Amino acid sequence: MSNGYNEKVIEVFSNPKNVGKIDNADGVGTVGNATCGDIMKIYLKIKNNIIVDAKFQTFGCAAAIATSSTATEMIIGKTVDEAERLTNADVVENLGGLPAQKMHCSVLAEEAIREAIKDYRAKQK
Amino acid sequence: MDRIYFDHAATTPVSRKVLDKMMPYFSDVFGNAHSQHGFGRQAIKGVDEARSQVAKAIGCLPNEVYFTGSGTEANNWAVKGAALAKKAKGKHIITSQIEHPSVLNNCKWLEKQGYEVTYLPVDSEGFVIVDELKKAIREDTILVSIMLANNEVGSIQPYKQINEVIKQYKGCLYHVDAVQAIGAIKVDVKDIGCDLLTLSGHKFYGPKGVGALYIRNGLKIEKLIIAGAQERSMRGGTTNTPAVVGIGQAIEDAVANMDEYSTHCQTLRDRFINRVENEIPMVKLNGPRANRLPNNANFSFDFIEGEGILFRLDLAGIAVSSGSACSSGSLEPSHVLQAMGVDIVLCHGSIRFSFGSANTIEQVDYAVEKLKEIVKFLREMSPLFNLNEGESKNV
Repeated sequence: MSNGYNEKVIEVFSNPKNVGKIDNADGVGTVGNATCGDIMKIYLKIKNNIIVDAKFQTFGCAAAIATSSTATEMIIGKTVDEAERLTNADVVENLGGLPAQKMHCSVLAEEAIREAIKDYRAKQK
Repeated sequence: MDRIYFDHAATTPVSRKVLDKMMPYFSDVFGNAHSQHGFGRQAIKGVDEARSQVAKAIGCLPNEVYFTGSGTEANNWAVKGAALAKKAKGKHIITSQIEHPSVLNNCKWLEKQGYEVTYLPVDSEGFVIVDELKKAIREDTILVSIMLANNEVGSIQPYKQINEVIKQYKGCLYHVDAVQAIGAIKVDVKDIGCDLLTLSGHKFYGPKGVGALYIRNGLKIEKLIIAGAQERSMRGGTTNTPAVVGIGQAIEDAVANMDEYSTHCQTLRDRFINRVENEIPMVKLNGPRANRLPNNANFSFDFIEGEGILFRLDLAGIAVSSGSACSSGSLEPSHVLQAMGVDIVLCHGSIRFSFGSANTIEQVDYAVEKLKEIVKFLREMSPLFNLNEGESKNV
């Protein structure tokens, strides 16, 4: 494909993991807006401060879908604090890079996870 | 199934006949068409024949045809050349909001040079609103540049009504970008009534890297590429003989086969549109149902973004194009769909399918099946598509 995506990104986009929603999620985060062409929604299941499951729903381009999939995979099994420190650079590195004009999509994944954690913490109070 | 190409509005393959015609001009007949010797004379014969072929195809004289390096160059030349040549008369230009960037961005450039430009709106089907032209045109309007058919949604513009308005203003030039129209609909400069007309070889089974500009006899516009005596001193640069020979043969064939070609494309397109509308929920056909290029279909799929559809179709071996921002690398979705008033979320989910000579009914049916799967898959992934849970579409 001549779209600037590497093979890993195409593979993840073709077979994304953790697609869907979690009923009774402990934290839900939604970022982006449809006008800009990207919305990402992340659901977290958290037990004993560990992220035991994460799922996503994304309206967006191939990069947005690939970063959603990879970001959820990267945080499962991590503590909430560890997950909160995940950056878009970590996700992009895991994917082996993204075209420059697609970097903003990876920021959405980071932000959606932080929103979901914020939601989780708010519910804890 | 083999790869399927549904992107003929982007480019077409060079036909076998055109390629065979071009081949000798790469090495055997390699002379510079402007040389005085026998090698040059051999080359200029091919160029002259091509000029006659183009002229015959669009209903003008050979000396009204100027070869360029692309349709984009011809548009640059027409817009800038006319604006510069007519600046003593006025500095007002009219174009439409749905033009190709090679017209739009030249108009924007001219604004920086002190020209005033009116960008005419279009209706919801992608037709320029002629009443708006009547309101905008004035004594100091020097150029109206409106495409013959739109590249994204295929709307064939009301060129006769447009010309009726323009010809009441003496000295106002009419430029038509006919790049998408050749071979699909009749293109005759007298019938259109234009002073300038752009075409591009690779849109009708000719080679890339060659276009042409029709300049009505008696009209003087400024040059864009200034050099020597090539193209009767109007366009510098050594003539690209193989490409010029190619565009000549391609346009002759395109016009000769037009009825058969457009019927073939329209059969495929209509089947595609019918099946998509009947079998995929929540789709919107962008563009008109009548006065539309026979090979163009453009759909928006609600709740999903165009790039995902495009790449999944590509992985299934089906080539289409997207008007969505993400795939083109810009952040703004299609200016054409936005001008038509299509909801911006639907703009992001738009895909153009453009059919051509090698396409078949079987390919159309296969693509519809794939498209159904892909749209379903991406909708299930979309946070906007959770209607039964009562979630808002506008997150």
